[in-house]
Amino acid sequence: MHPAKSVIFFTTASGAGYGLLFWLGLYGSLGLLPAGAWFAVVGFGLALILVTAGLISSTFHLGHPERAWRALSQWRSSWLSREGVAAIVTYVPAGLYGLAWLIVGSGTGWMVILGLLTALACVATVICTSMIYGSLKAIPAWHTGWTPAAYLVFAAMSGAVLLSLLGHLWRLPTVLVTDITALVAIAAGALVKFGYWHAIARAAPTSTAESATGLGTAATATRGKVRLIDPPHTMDNYLLTEMGYRVARKHATVLRDIVWAAAFVLPLGCVFVALLAAGVGGMVFATLAVLSMAVGLAIERWLFFAEAKHVVTLYYGESAA
Amino acid sequence: MTSLPEQAPKTKLGLVIDLDICVGCQACAVHCKEWNIAGHSGPLPDNEPYGADPSGVWFNRIHTFELVDDETGDSRTVYFPKSCLHCEDAPCVTVCPTGASYKREEDGIVLVNADTCIGCKLCSWACPYGAREYDDDEGVMKKCTLCIDRIYNETLPEDTRVPACVSTCPAGARHFGDLGDPESEVSLLVAARGGYDLMPEQGTKPVNQYLPPRPKKVPAEPLAAPRLTRDDDPGEAGLLARWVDKMLSR
Repeated sequence: MHPAKSVIFFTTASGAGYGLLFWLGLYGSLGLLPAGAWFAVVGFGLALILVTAGLISSTFHLGHPERAWRALSQWRSSWLSREGVAAIVTYVPAGLYGLAWLIVGSGTGWMVILGLLTALACVATVICTSMIYGSLKAIPAWHTGWTPAAYLVFAAMSGAVLLSLLGHLWRLPTVLVTDITALVAIAAGALVKFGYWHAIARAAPTSTAESATGLGTAATATRGKVRLIDPPHTMDNYLLTEMGYRVARKHATVLRDIVWAAAFVLPLGCVFVALLAAGVGGMVFATLAVLSMAVGLAIERWLFFAEAKHVVTLYYGESAA
Repeated sequence: MTSLPEQAPKTKLGLVIDLDICVGCQACAVHCKEWNIAGHSGPLPDNEPYGADPSGVWFNRIHTFELVDDETGDSRTVYFPKSCLHCEDAPCVTVCPTGASYKREEDGIVLVNADTCIGCKLCSWACPYGAREYDDDEGVMKKCTLCIDRIYNETLPEDTRVPACVSTCPAGARHFGDLGDPESEVSLLVAARGGYDLMPEQGTKPVNQYLPPRPKKVPAEPLAAPRLTRDDDPGEAGLLARWVDKMLSR
């Protein structure tokens, strides 16, 4: 699948934003983030900017961005529509919660409800985002339970390293908790990515050139293998540029190694060092963890798109997908 | 409304494509483009048609496949026209976030409303068959309309109220009709010839049906090809004739 830059930025940035909002909601409600108004301004500001920038960027690849509001209407059947609705609904508890934190500080009784609602709304929104891809049967590498699992855990992981950075910047007394959360989330992220890559490598093909054409199957009472001997058009058409993207497979091994290093190993090491080194050292290493993960997740998302094979390629010379 | 019709349409207009007869002449694709460029979903992009890098939207594309039997080494060539299959469980319809992509209750035809399409392309990702092509000029998705502006067009003579591809096929490899009616000509044809679905495992329940190529008539013994001689090859001519040929060929 063609990896559109706007969609890569949308899913990684909004994922990190919802992840950070989730932790602010959950840990704020648990009284684990004893910090005042400035923490709220920066924490909620950063999260909402990431979410909003991501959502705006997702409209860049639309043919008619001015009609984007129409996408809120079909939530009964469309995960994309549900995603839009969930994203907008999330602003309500998140905004109120952020404002309340700004005014009265974190952790007061009635705010717990807002905090937990925010966390819940973030989970729902990320699930909707992931199911836009996970629901597509025509792209077997996405049509698996690993897709929502990966989107959820990567949102939690990128949000957690941001929270760890905030913890160091504000020298929170609970910085140990936020650091350990980041470490656990990164480890979980690495496990899920390993599981995903393992699963798609092992998965039996959903469709073949034979099932796509019926030739060589019982449907036509014929035997044998199907080969494309003459494509229907001489130049690439929309289907091939959008769904027949092949560049990734050439460099997949190297890029996967970079993802391992930048998204998981380096952030894990950096957060661990930050945990040991208090003060300025902690801030520096927590920042490095965030920067490394940003690069790693962008490449991870690029691969998620670029490596995924669409079954329409079976009509263009691929033998199985 | 992008939910599929609550009750599956009783009328299922669609195509039956005979892979035994299709000769791959591309006439159906050309007439399709010709009609639809000014039809319901027109205009269709047609950039640099005679240039170095032509591009554009077509609703009908003709692939050519070879089927090779692993055991006997026998092979056959199959021309394979492919357009929207107007699926009963059309995944392109349910993913649409705006309701622009819809399946008509009255005849099952899948259409795009160009006035409400936001051009998110998700429907083209959801379609396993590559039936949808994006129009870069208009920023909306385009697809086969089953020539909705021909089949119900009362200004056309009644016998020409069929999709352009069907009307133009010189070999009679394309048929149009109601596949929801078991007594219709197309349904009887499908039953008689063992019509089948493309990629049934995708669960889309396509309306369009394909008729399999008939078994090859393999002669009992391989035919001996007649010996070919060229005008400039004296072959087994007599000595004199070969000498004359040699002298005159100088």
